[in-house]
Amino acid sequence: MSLNTPNTQVCLWTLGFDHPASLATYTANGGYEALKKILAEKTPADDIIAQVKTSALRGRGGAGFPTGLKWSFMPRSFPGDKYIVCNTDEGEPGTFKDRDIIRFNPHQLIEGMIIAGYTLGAAAGYNYIHGEIFEEYHSWEAALVEARAAGLLGRDILGSGWNFDLHAHHGYGAYICGEETALLESIEGKKGQPRFKPPFPASYGLYGKPTTINNTETLASIPWILRHGGQAFLELGKPNNGGSKIFSISGHVNKPGNYEVPLGTPFADLLAMAGGVRTGHTLKAVIPGGSSAPVLPAEMMMSLTMDFDAIAKAGSMLGSGAVIVMDDSVCMVKALERLSYFYFEESCGQCTPCREGTGWLYRIIHRIEHGQGRPEDIDELLRIGKNIGGNTICALGEAAVGPVASFVKHFRREFEYHVEHKRCQVGMSPSDKVEG
Amino acid sequence: MTFMLSAASLVQIDHELTKYPPEQKQSAVMSALRIAQAELGWLSRDTIEFVANYLGMPAIAAYEVATFYNMYDLTPVGRHKITLCTNLPCQLQGADQVAAQLQARLGIGFGETTADGRYTLKEGECMGACGHGPLCLHNNHKMHDHLTPESVDKLLDDMK
Ligand SMILES: Cc1cc2nc3c(=O)[nH]c(=O)nc-3n(C[C@H](O)[C@H](O)[C@H](O)COP(=O)(O)O)c2cc1C
Ligand code: SF4
Ligand code: FES
Repeated sequence: MSLNTPNTQVCLWTLGFDHPASLATYTANGGYEALKKILAEKTPADDIIAQVKTSALRGRGGAGFPTGLKWSFMPRSFPGDKYIVCNTDEGEPGTFKDRDIIRFNPHQLIEGMIIAGYTLGAAAGYNYIHGEIFEEYHSWEAALVEARAAGLLGRDILGSGWNFDLHAHHGYGAYICGEETALLESIEGKKGQPRFKPPFPASYGLYGKPTTINNTETLASIPWILRHGGQAFLELGKPNNGGSKIFSISGHVNKPGNYEVPLGTPFADLLAMAGGVRTGHTLKAVIPGGSSAPVLPAEMMMSLTMDFDAIAKAGSMLGSGAVIVMDDSVCMVKALERLSYFYFEESCGQCTPCREGTGWLYRIIHRIEHGQGRPEDIDELLRIGKNIGGNTICALGEAAVGPVASFVKHFRREFEYHVEHKRCQVGMSPSDKVEG
Repeated sequence: MTFMLSAASLVQIDHELTKYPPEQKQSAVMSALRIAQAELGWLSRDTIEFVANYLGMPAIAAYEVATFYNMYDLTPVGRHKITLCTNLPCQLQGADQVAAQLQARLGIGFGETTADGRYTLKEGECMGACGHGPLCLHNNHKMHDHLTPESVDKLLDDMK
């Protein structure tokens, strides 16, 4: 596979090569061709944005916002510096695709960021890399050195007279920095606490300058789109859901890993690619889009296709494409306990409903799991959730509520069983089970 | 000022500074603290103050950063800090069993250091590599994946 043919591996096509991450592999297979053409022909920014709009590329970082539309928000006539920022702060439980883009195809991300920088009139770009992946931080910097030496970054790029540079910024352990304005604060050398919006980053971003922030997979898709046209990308997927998408599959499957398939692929096919549910077990539930996405029971999932619209219609979200698979051995109370601990631990503490609410949710779920739940606790969880949603600066508050509300909605009986019998029913032999 | 950090560390910090506009030196504080911690093992108040002075920023602002991000250690840790991800995807793939083995072998719980000062055990959140879990970070920078109760035994033995 290569970038020369419009195949379905948009970001991970280099995997079949001996040196997937090298500049030589990338350029020998169509890499940097899109950039060269743009610089040689001085393609107008509007034409590039039009292609991205046609492609129906939607943000791969979680919200699924149309990328072309986001790019059109950047002010054209701003006199000072502007920035393009890439979000590789991948820390949403279940998500591990951006790390593989950096490991196996760093140059496609670099080319995508350069093209974005050209289109948006940026002077420089930063890639914010998750603290826990230090080796990838180094390897991406090494790829930058390679690109700079080849005249693809820095002054007078490829003789075009245009200057642009890229840098890596390393996080150090704070999930909240994945939220785009917390990420900007973090690059500025501060605590990663989300900003009030408006103003939005397109008008007041990094160092107060207009800034566009996109996810790694979003930006890495750009060279493909410009090489083959927005229409070809759209046709890979389905209307309003252009392209392929990397699904990170974890949990109870035989072959956890990243699978890049067209949007609209049936979940059943994706599950089969990952080797199916753990041998000897049956599917119980799936979180289809990272820990913040509402959980769905097995029977619903098996009839769904994997795209933004189908998953939203089923009451969850495609999010970052992180598919967490749970088989019949899972206690849903215990699973939710771990997720709610995560949000409690990672709340930045700025807003009272989030800071207090996430702790409250965790403590109640903890006591239900440990046999000390009270009958009123289950409705109390839902009530607290309602008071967090919509009352916070950033979406982490809501993200913490999504799992709670959906676990209770679809698996309420398990919570009630814990409260009534002070123990879990999952995994018990049929003769030990208490009826009711 | 007296230099608390080696010339090699200062060279690394100076490299980080080249990434940002000259008037935005504070942007390098996260890396500078990481580099200081890698050299000295943990971040004392003096170290944080030194880093702040080096970057020309208020010490309190550097201190805020050091306390906010959880990979910085504000108290001494063992020579080998092992941070195990216990979040749901890793848990489904067996992180609890790995945690039990680590705790039994070292005789300590999460957040503790062995009496000989050799190992510290920490519980971590998602490291963005779930498909390879269970996994841990060794001294913040080296990831070990596909852990099993048997493989962590060997991992501990290999750490000198
Ligand atoms: C709590 C929280 C965590 C987030 N974490 C990430 C992340 O790790 N990576 C990411 O790309 N976007 C993350 N986002 C979404 C970003 O704020 C932003 O929408 C995204 O980077 C935009 O890029 P896109 O339009 O290309 O998706 C997070 C949002 C919230 C509220
Ligand atoms: S919602 Fe939570 S994480 Fe977001 S700004 Fe408020 S306290 Fe911080
Ligand atoms: S849950 Fe352990 S790395 Fe993501």
